[in-house]
Amino acid sequence: MKVDLTVNGTNITADVEDRMLLVHFLRDVANLTATNVGCDTTSCGACTVLLDGESVKSCTVLAAQASGHEVTTLEGLATNGEMHPVQRAFHTEHGLQCGFCTPGMVMAIVSLLKESPHPTEEQVRNGLEGNLCRCTGYHNIVRAALAAAEAPAEVSA
Amino acid sequence: MIPSTFSYQRAGSVEEAISLVSEHGDDAKFLAGGHSLLPLMKLRLAAPEVIIDLGGLHDLSYVDDKGSYVAIGALTRHHDVEHSEVLAREVPLLAHAAGQVGDPQIRHRGTIGGSIAHADPASDLPAVLLTLDATIVARGPGGSREIPIGEFFQGLFETALEPDELLTEIRVPKPALASAWSFQKFTQRAIDWAIVGCAVQDGRVGLVNMGGTPLRATATEAALAGGASPADAAAHAAEGTNAADDIRATKAYREHLARVLVSRALTEASSRS
Repeated sequence: MKVDLTVNGTNITADVEDRMLLVHFLRDVANLTATNVGCDTTSCGACTVLLDGESVKSCTVLAAQASGHEVTTLEGLATNGEMHPVQRAFHTEHGLQCGFCTPGMVMAIVSLLKESPHPTEEQVRNGLEGNLCRCTGYHNIVRAALAAAEAPAEVSA
Repeated sequence: MIPSTFSYQRAGSVEEAISLVSEHGDDAKFLAGGHSLLPLMKLRLAAPEVIIDLGGLHDLSYVDDKGSYVAIGALTRHHDVEHSEVLAREVPLLAHAAGQVGDPQIRHRGTIGGSIAHADPASDLPAVLLTLDATIVARGPGGSREIPIGEFFQGLFETALEPDELLTEIRVPKPALASAWSFQKFTQRAIDWAIVGCAVQDGRVGLVNMGGTPLRATATEAALAGGASPADAAAHAAEGTNAADDIRATKAYREHLARVLVSRALTEASSRS
């Protein structure tokens, strides 16, 4: 079937199988490989992207369902070569170890901060309940989210 | 993991959705948020030949105050139920419980109608709506009908919906004392389904995952009506249940959890009244 998605601001039209998952569309059709497949069972959150500005697990959405909608992946966050405040906070707070969960964590936090611009630590931890870090590096991830919330510049995506 | 092949169709209206499902019969499944169905399809536990996507039916996403009850469109997402001002005021139990489903990403996609129609006894909202004595509205080729929620859940993943009916609305009567609610859920990990859960409102007690369908703790309710204390009433919470033995818990442990959680819930609800 023909699908028509806007990914990181760029329109992509493609003929895909009806059963194609959004994560495979992003990785294999759009060639955007920041979005990872982790558990593939809606648990780990490594495949988190924004669908019309809200976090979703792209392993549990059909590309067909996203047709006509806007998707933002990690690759779409930076503007003019400048990292997004959440990306910058992961760098300064060392919010990653192996890095596999990082794209999903960053996208989940971008969505969280849109809904709660100044969350408490507890709100951040609850807000990340759908993202697993197998390195168990949660403390610095939470610090990065809190630092991004206090960052002076533009928190937008 | 990839689902087996199917034909994807997007319904542009409720009428078109019903017409499509009438045409394809048992081979077709409705897809709302997809957060129950797609995981089953990826595991090949479900393999419908036709998927009818309801995602475009925006007119089925609403929370409306109707005076004596609150009407909720079947495609209202958990996120929107959780943040509804009407529900926060009139049925805070439901707003809170919707915020306990899965995780933020799941709540951005999953819908209240999808959760009810899927009828997983381990899901939170079926037991919560049973506790709230909701009414289900279903529309088929011959029109709409109302189904009391006590008659809706008929078995594991089985409901009173006919194959050609679409769940369109959930009507929740306003509780007598909205503030006197409690929802308890025991999980291993934050996003897991409840090993056991329970909801309390207006002397009614609902149980999550204590049998093939969501259940009312009728023996506990009878004890409460007879004037028993929360602790004494909660001792009856596992009576008449049929909890499973599985990888997460034994039947005996689930029965223990039911008594403990119902006791906590009754205590919390009465402290709020």
